[in-house]
Amino acid sequence: MNLINIIEQLETVDPEIAERMSPRRAAIKNITSFGSKVAIAALPMAFATVFKKAYGAAAPAAVSDVLNFALTLEYLESYFYNQGAAASGLIPNNNSGYVAEIQSDENQHVAFLKSVLGTAAVSMPAFDLTAGGAFPTVLSNYDTFLAVANVFEDTGVRAYKGQAPNLLGNQVVLGAALSIHAVEARHASVIRQIRASRGVDIAPWITGNAGLSNDTGIGAAVDASYAGENNVMQGGVDVTKLPSIYGNSTAYGVAVEAFDEPLSMAAVLAIVKPFFK
Amino acid sequence: MKTEELKNVDSANMPRRSFLRYAGVGAASVGLLATAGCQKDHIKTYNGVDIGSGDTGILNYAYALEQLEAAFYSAVVANPYTGMSDHEKKLLTSIRDHEILHREFFKAALGSSAIIGLTVDFSSLDFKNRIQILATAKAFEDLGVSAYGGAGYLITNPDYLTIAGKIVSVEARHAALIREMISPGSFAGSDVVDSNGLNQSNEIKVVLPIANTFLKTKVSASNFGYKA
Repeated sequence: MNLINIIEQLETVDPEIAERMSPRRAAIKNITSFGSKVAIAALPMAFATVFKKAYGAAAPAAVSDVLNFALTLEYLESYFYNQGAAASGLIPNNNSGYVAEIQSDENQHVAFLKSVLGTAAVSMPAFDLTAGGAFPTVLSNYDTFLAVANVFEDTGVRAYKGQAPNLLGNQVVLGAALSIHAVEARHASVIRQIRASRGVDIAPWITGNAGLSNDTGIGAAVDASYAGENNVMQGGVDVTKLPSIYGNSTAYGVAVEAFDEPLSMAAVLAIVKPFFK
Repeated sequence: MKTEELKNVDSANMPRRSFLRYAGVGAASVGLLATAGCQKDHIKTYNGVDIGSGDTGILNYAYALEQLEAAFYSAVVANPYTGMSDHEKKLLTSIRDHEILHREFFKAALGSSAIIGLTVDFSSLDFKNRIQILATAKAFEDLGVSAYGGAGYLITNPDYLTIAGKIVSVEARHAALIREMISPGSFAGSDVVDSNGLNQSNEIKVVLPIANTFLKTKVSASNFGYKA
């Protein structure tokens, strides 16, 4: 959830952030072509360079605070996967590749933010992966570990989506944000597939019902992560009233599955709070 | 010839280059048929459609891609490939229903600005061949995700961008599923996600020519630098 939240938060402390980050600026002029693989690979480092050039050696305290907050969230996610990968006997051998792939992505996000902040970067805080006892076996029971990962990934997708409009028209930053957003969704999909292969009744997408769209089987502890996912109004259209292959309406479940919903910054904050000591 | 084509795509990890080459073969065949038809019937028509400009253009672009995906999965579910398990059929049916709803949503949202219903051409596909069909599905899903990522910045209305965002993550979930069905562990393969964890993005002029290889009604985006 780093890139877009950073921009959105930075705009509140520095209204000129968009101009500072504009593709017209020379520092990122050479990475505006998304057709180039080299350019895409260079993006996070170039992004860090832009921040440094925009703010000089040390960013204003308010800016650093925001970046450090984003870094803290990324610390949580990377800590979760690093601890999981290191926990003896937790992850079955035939699943270690899946966790390693996602773990690598989260660690890259941390490295990116640390490179932006330099010496201003905060240290990793103390985390409680049991979320105050809600998930006592998160590092000893693989199914619990997957359940928490499931919620982290689905929430990550929603957090990114919630901030996309703040990056309207910015080819570089919105492009990068949408790219990360899509990767989070791939993670969410595969974590759900792994859970399904282990007997949990769950699909790769978020399936709704008439009540709340918490389809994780985890219970009320994670309801907040799925609040509003059962929305069927899209752009003023009730999509259950649109035609399907079965007739002149669409099943409620399909209507919910076909659209992932955004989540506000405040909601994301409340969701992750129990994971901090 | 047929055997050779099949062999070309009969790979668990068909790279994009192969898909493009394969798609190119399809385009040549379609073009040939169209030419023959014109000569025979002495009819000269531009058998295509332009997505238009501005936000309407981008929504029509998405509508065109969703039409293609909906038609593809409808055909997949109606003509199951050899060996399709009940589990696979259930998942593919869900994807079909999602794509149909995406199509119908764009149609409703665009109203009178919507492009026409496109005629597809899947004559190059053998719907009984599991690997070929899943490889095509993978290509469609990855293409769709990259298309939203590459065109998102062109949208000027924040509400439209939000809706595009709501749909693209579902497409990414599909992509990760199809990839796992073909090759476990490839959900975020290095051919679509780079070493910094960023998903591939593609511009309209890259996406539409690929989509057009499976369309009888060719789609242009003259205001966005692509004429079919």
